[in-house]
Amino acid sequence: MQISEAWLREYVNPAINTEELTAQLTMAGLEVDSVQPAAAVFSGVVVGEVLAMGQHPDADRLRVCQVAVSAAEPLQIVCGASNVRVGLKIPVALCGAVLPGDFKIKKSKLRGVESFGMLCSEKELGLAADANGLMELAVDAPVGVDIREYLALNDTLIEIDLTPNRADCLSVEGIAREVAVLNQMAWTATSNEAVTITHQDILTVNVEATTACPRYLGRLIKDVNPNAETPLWMQERLRRSGLRSLGPLVDVTNYVLIELGQPLHAFDADKLNGAITVRYARTDEALTLLNGQTIKLDSEALIIADDKQALALAGIMGGSDSAVSGDTRNVFLECAFFAPQSIAGKARRFGLHTDSSHRFERGVDATLQHRAIERASQLIIDIAGGNAGAITEITTDSALPERTAILLRKERAAKILGVTLVDEEIVDIVQRLGMSVQTQSDGWLVTPPGFRFDIAIEADLIEEIARIYGYNKLPNNRLLMRSELSPATEAVMDIERVKDLLVDRGYQEAITYSFVDEHIQKIVAPVDEVISLKNPISSEMAVMRTTLWCGLLKVALHNTNRQQNRVRLFETGLRFVTKEGQIQQQKMLAGLALGSAYNEQWGEKIRKIDFFDVKADVEAMFGLTACNVQFMSANQTALHPGQTAEILSATGESIGWLGMLHPTLEKQLGFETQVFLFELDQNLLLNKSIPVFKPLSKYPLVRRDLALIVKEGVTAEQLTAHIKSCNEPSLQDIVIFDIYRGKGVDEGYKSIALGLVLQNNTQTLTDAEIDTVINSLLNTLIEKISAKLRD
Amino acid sequence: MSDTLEDILAQGLQALAAAQDLNQLDQVRVHYLGKKGLFTEQMKALGSMEPEQRRSVGQVVNQAKNCFQEQLETRKNMLETAELSARLASEGIDVTLPGRGQSVAGLHPVTTTLRRINKIFASVGFKVVEGPEIEDDYHNFEALNIPAHHPARAMHDTFYFDAHTVLRTHTSPVQIRVMESEAPPLKVIAPGRVYRCDSDITHTPMFHQVEGFLVDIDVSFADLKGVVYEFLRAFFEKDIQVRFRPSYFPFTEPSAEVDIECVMCNGEGCRVCSQTGWLEVMGCGMIHPEVFKAVNIDSECHSGFAFGMGVERLAMLRYGINDLRLFFENDLKFLEQFN
Repeated sequence: MQISEAWLREYVNPAINTEELTAQLTMAGLEVDSVQPAAAVFSGVVVGEVLAMGQHPDADRLRVCQVAVSAAEPLQIVCGASNVRVGLKIPVALCGAVLPGDFKIKKSKLRGVESFGMLCSEKELGLAADANGLMELAVDAPVGVDIREYLALNDTLIEIDLTPNRADCLSVEGIAREVAVLNQMAWTATSNEAVTITHQDILTVNVEATTACPRYLGRLIKDVNPNAETPLWMQERLRRSGLRSLGPLVDVTNYVLIELGQPLHAFDADKLNGAITVRYARTDEALTLLNGQTIKLDSEALIIADDKQALALAGIMGGSDSAVSGDTRNVFLECAFFAPQSIAGKARRFGLHTDSSHRFERGVDATLQHRAIERASQLIIDIAGGNAGAITEITTDSALPERTAILLRKERAAKILGVTLVDEEIVDIVQRLGMSVQTQSDGWLVTPPGFRFDIAIEADLIEEIARIYGYNKLPNNRLLMRSELSPATEAVMDIERVKDLLVDRGYQEAITYSFVDEHIQKIVAPVDEVISLKNPISSEMAVMRTTLWCGLLKVALHNTNRQQNRVRLFETGLRFVTKEGQIQQQKMLAGLALGSAYNEQWGEKIRKIDFFDVKADVEAMFGLTACNVQFMSANQTALHPGQTAEILSATGESIGWLGMLHPTLEKQLGFETQVFLFELDQNLLLNKSIPVFKPLSKYPLVRRDLALIVKEGVTAEQLTAHIKSCNEPSLQDIVIFDIYRGKGVDEGYKSIALGLVLQNNTQTLTDAEIDTVINSLLNTLIEKISAKLRD
Repeated sequence: MSDTLEDILAQGLQALAAAQDLNQLDQVRVHYLGKKGLFTEQMKALGSMEPEQRRSVGQVVNQAKNCFQEQLETRKNMLETAELSARLASEGIDVTLPGRGQSVAGLHPVTTTLRRINKIFASVGFKVVEGPEIEDDYHNFEALNIPAHHPARAMHDTFYFDAHTVLRTHTSPVQIRVMESEAPPLKVIAPGRVYRCDSDITHTPMFHQVEGFLVDIDVSFADLKGVVYEFLRAFFEKDIQVRFRPSYFPFTEPSAEVDIECVMCNGEGCRVCSQTGWLEVMGCGMIHPEVFKAVNIDSECHSGFAFGMGVERLAMLRYGINDLRLFFENDLKFLEQFN
């Protein structure tokens, strides 16, 4: 909310400067967002009057004017504005004046005619972004007076970012109340005497929706002057509150809204048919609003209607059919209290947000309507004349918000605040806030005023006390609290340890959006059912990722497009999948690597990264938990069918995938090199078994190496699995140290060189015993996979 | 045996001096001291002498042999030293060449910042809890005293999946989830991703928050102030000014915004702090009785505080990062600056 400081100071004028005032507001919870001068810096501009005007001899569009700026001789000024005319009062920049933008006015010649100054528009004075011609001043504007003084431009605009609970401050009066409390001063309200009733006509009002509209006041004002104009002082105050002048009737309702915080609406009474009814709309009704938008109504829309049609969306916006205009002679003024819960969310439904809906949905003082309608009536009559009729009021007392007393306990206040304030201080603060106080044995019964509808419970009162006392005057306690020793979980590894491992192995951590481009998601995981956002910010962030690869691939492209030819990335986070209709949010860890295996370096040949480089990184992670996992050859739509491994736990659960990005996807996504990817389920990755000690053997280790010829299709995993299946107690380790194809090995076969490490716990193994073990293992391999010893 | 002992010694010493490497020196040693060496022959000849002569001649031969051996050792040491020097000279390398092998990368600055925050709170016994990111309306709003159509909802710019399912707009729902399942005393921090339907120069649709809360039998606003104050000093490793401003959150009462003295200009006023000298860094307050009611904790005997902070904001201030959007572009040139 933006207000004029000068306007505020008419109510309450503490002896502090603007900076101190705004700091005070901010520290009281009314956060000042910006402080700006009401007008740009300029000087040397006075009120002038055009006394005479003649055509410029050499320019069709220019006029040569005689302008009075003082009692002395008039000045000759050349002017090109279309609205210049004799008798017009305008701002005149004298020779020596400096206009906004450091524009200096000097005596000059325009097409040979001397000009001693400049007649100004609102734009030239920095008062408006645009202007059609000269700024027209009131006929009674005093010639020669400095325009800054005349328009009271030495003012400051204060923009306050109000929190939703402080709707009581959505008015100049509301902020004045607050400033008065903070400075321990009184404030003066504007007069609100009832206007004299000069005709007997009334419009019948029916309120059907009494819960939504507990109070409705209406008044007919007849015979207003359609040619009246809004006085400059009101236009200026509206401008300084961020509102445009739209004619006296609308301006008055807006002015009272800013002044008191009560929204009003003016209907053109001649456009109404029959009685006014406040009711919920029917589904067959429609309404064209003031902004030209036509909306389809339904039974949730609260409306003001006449006997013929819907007239206005209650508390939000009026309709164009019944709007006041430059021809309006008879006005029906509405001033109502709509319950916040009936207005909340309604404006948003129709994509609207108005000054009126903003206030009604947060709350308006339910006791304010009489004051506001009298104030508006008086202003209309003052500006445009007219005759006021009696007020028609429909109030449903039972629907009005109740003001009940709240018990404020001394002990509770001390417990929550962490300090005991003296009773007098508490009572003083609460009373300054306009609340009535009744002393009780353990505290006070406090009744907040009508405008503090946000105060409902004891905690609200305690906050008010702290706020006015000053948050920064409350003590800062050293934290003393009950503590328990927390268990040091060992069976689950911390993901941070894995992240450190990847960082140490050259993977940079990335954080990408959890919502991704549906297109990329489709390419990478075409079979996954995606969860779509209803209101995405763009199509690039429309669906929840089912794999972290979507984000990593995009980041890799971003970097390869910026001359990075070696990229290693990882990310941790949730993936979002649907299983049996249920959304599952699984913690994953994914990585990506492309480019050379190592950074370019001297003394080593550049080598492209391959499957086994990345596999070593994945194995290193499992090395941290010492869990046995299997890498099984498998198929995954995103990966190269010949270079894909599914990683299974000892119990056969799928932990994740490792492989090369499928060449088709590589091309589709725009990569120019092979990309390797892995993705693991964090929960399964982080399972760790707590080590159990085994005694060390005192006897020597022996190693036997074997070269076995097996069919090409036999995997290393199968080979070692068969050896392990023999459960040979002295077998300690199996090492594959060479794979050979070529001379001496038939086509379709390969030679695998194995090292078998043996050790016994109770004795040194003899050669004979070793041979027995090796032969037994060999026989198993011959039998299971037709392995042959290579000669 | 034509040469005299003097001649043998003289020639021997000459030969030692002439030996150019350890190999040559060893040949000289064998020639004089080997099984058939010249000195050995001299010693053997003693056997055939009379005892008296043997003693006197023996003495002389021994002297000569000792003299040779001393010189041999000296020469050997010298040649060894020379050989080592030559080897060392030949094995010199350019130690300024870079080392080889895998390079080390780094964590994302958001992770680094989160780890620091977690560590500070863990040091006084807060435990880290995570929650779902796709959240239901109840935990994200209702239970936090933000009913449907509450004006505070408009401030949240929520992403929806359906009428009851949202992307969490803050980490506060974790507060509800913990209090639903655990009894006080509670000391928890909840870091994680949060989402708002807003994207411009100062907003990204996803960012990180850390929610923290403490519930016990006698927790006051003064305790909250103390914790926040100590945390900010620990985080910035600096004795900074901190102020508490009244504010409003539906789930706390009293509520406060916390400002720190601008770390860019030390409170002098600059572009980052909009010339105010202060920077807003977190929101906090005493947990609202309605929130306790939603999780069946008796607010008459328990009280607690909660606070929430934006991680990117703190990282930007800590490292001087000037554009929020850089965090999620993941340009290596950006990320590597924090390794």
